[in-house]
Amino acid sequence: MSRTTRLSSSLLRAAAVTGVAALTLTACGSGSGSGSTGSGSGEVKVGLITKTDTNPFFVKMKEGAEKAAKENGAQLSTAAGKFDGDNAGQVTAIENMVAAGVKGILITPSDSKAIVPAIEKARAKGVLVIALDTPTEPESAVDALFATDNLKAGQLIGEYAKAAMKGKSAKIAALDLAPGVSVGVQRHDGFLKGFGATDKDVVCAQDTGGDQAKGQTAMENCLQKSPDINVVYTINEPAALGAYTALKAKGREKDVLIVSVDGGCTGTRAVKDGKIAATSQQYPLKMAAEGVKAVVTYAKNGKKASGYTDTGVTLITDKAQTGVTSKDTAYGLENCWG
Amino acid sequence: MTATTTPYSELKAPNTARRLLTAPTTGPLVALLLACAFFSFSTDQFLTGGNFSLIVQQVMVVGTLAIGQTLIILTAGIDLSCGAVMAFGSIVIAKAAAEGSVPPLVAIALGLAVCGGFGLLNGLLVQKIPLPPFIVTLGMLNVAFALTHIYSEEQTVTDLPGPLTALGETFPLGHTDITYGSLVTIALFLLLAYALSSTGWGRHVYALGNSAEAARLNGIRTSRLTIGIYTVAGLLYGIAALLLISRTGVGDPQAGQTDNLDSITAVVLGGTSLFGGRGSVLGTFIGVLIVGVFRNGLQLMGVASIYQTLITGVLVILAVTVDQISRRKAR
Repeated sequence: MSRTTRLSSSLLRAAAVTGVAALTLTACGSGSGSGSTGSGSGEVKVGLITKTDTNPFFVKMKEGAEKAAKENGAQLSTAAGKFDGDNAGQVTAIENMVAAGVKGILITPSDSKAIVPAIEKARAKGVLVIALDTPTEPESAVDALFATDNLKAGQLIGEYAKAAMKGKSAKIAALDLAPGVSVGVQRHDGFLKGFGATDKDVVCAQDTGGDQAKGQTAMENCLQKSPDINVVYTINEPAALGAYTALKAKGREKDVLIVSVDGGCTGTRAVKDGKIAATSQQYPLKMAAEGVKAVVTYAKNGKKASGYTDTGVTLITDKAQTGVTSKDTAYGLENCWG
Repeated sequence: MTATTTPYSELKAPNTARRLLTAPTTGPLVALLLACAFFSFSTDQFLTGGNFSLIVQQVMVVGTLAIGQTLIILTAGIDLSCGAVMAFGSIVIAKAAAEGSVPPLVAIALGLAVCGGFGLLNGLLVQKIPLPPFIVTLGMLNVAFALTHIYSEEQTVTDLPGPLTALGETFPLGHTDITYGSLVTIALFLLLAYALSSTGWGRHVYALGNSAEAARLNGIRTSRLTIGIYTVAGLLYGIAALLLISRTGVGDPQAGQTDNLDSITAVVLGGTSLFGGRGSVLGTFIGVLIVGVFRNGLQLMGVASIYQTLITGVLVILAVTVDQISRRKAR
């Protein structure tokens, strides 16, 4: 390579990098309005950090936060990890938001324990930190928690399944989330508690990551193992729909009871279509909205939100059972997310 | 990476018993048969036609991706973008057919074209600039992933027209129901196995993987060949997208996130060398079946999911070790 070509190629590279960077910045600038500073506007700055920005649950949460920020004259900036479990990404986001001068941070921790030191640093600087959806470990690491009671969510579908079985002996399959994730453990344990069963009564348990294709594979294998399964507990509706597909292939969709948790719109429609018998609906929009309000209150009069606020869970089904309180899918579709 | 160069004249497959014993697929095949034997004794439900049909259904998506991955790894490349490209293809197909008023077959063609386009782009970047395949496909992984989520607006596409899920339908074979999708996957494996072992193109692929320079000096148009391989791989990802839709019945933007590594796992388990020039798609089929058999068999035994992952990891390391030792002996 002669000198001139080397020079021109490095110039070309520099130009290319600059071009790409400029493009990226323009794209971001025209995006969701996150990261804009708007200093001097006197608005309260609120940060929202979700586990990912691709999961509909968190997309909905973001929408709820944006709406509440508009109503309360606050300015919202958002960030997320790259994948579920990306703690480093969340730590970076906390640091950046504190540097941007937010009054409070709302966070759904990807890793309940690992995020704590970063939260403590932010709180030491006078930032109000509220956990949404998922508690930190210890729970006292944040000022307040707005979340679904996942144990109760599991318990409701457990009680429902018990009532719907009408005393028939149950062969339970459990399509779980992943090892050691608190949300999954609580829903699973809640279901068993509500059903009055123990892990001994679960003939087949499998992790699905809450993924539809993996849920289908797990259910197919469970049916192979125990063809007489008649109750399926699922961590969320995608896993439930995967299970339904597997059962349908075997012609068993009518005589197996599928219960789930989430109350997303796709899932609620599946309840309406009779694919899922019942689901425990949760309210991510409410979590975010309450969180934004709490930060605005703190900015106005210095009062910090504290403790745990249950944002509620509703059993949605069109086949109500006596002794189990539920609402129909019309209500469910009005209040669903995603 | 230095590759041992096989003289060009020896690239024709000599079908002798000795070659059979040293063939890179022998080890994986023995492992698969041992696993099957073990699970047949451990659980009553394993050794049935229905169960085997199930295992093939469960591996057909990753298996089809892994065919493309094999072609690329044979050239000493690697493709990290396959799962993300497939996910984008499946959203393109699903949205076009469900929300656009596009006939299902046209929607499928569109998805194939989009995935093929990604493959072509990968190939051009690898060959023409040139850039390392690892970097190109790492970038493309992010591009395809982001496009999937932007275009789908994070919504799962439901209510798909019948032809999109036709490959998920079954037909009886004796007492067993087989899905058409399984047949498609097996046909693709056989087709590519034939192309690699018995055509000039296949021989050129091996030559390129052994030594790109030697292949070029032997008059092989390596540039065109490489771009072609990446494009064919892209088209295979498009077929995988269709198989995915037919299996789940929806267009899911969250799909395929670990499939790139799962496909590489299958290729490696099947005895294909990451250094290029050695291996086969039939080996990959065995590799993908090993993963499927362990997942299914351990679940039938009631072993926790995490042990399936553990065993897969150990097997991968074993497979690469065997590959390295047999290479050293070959020298």
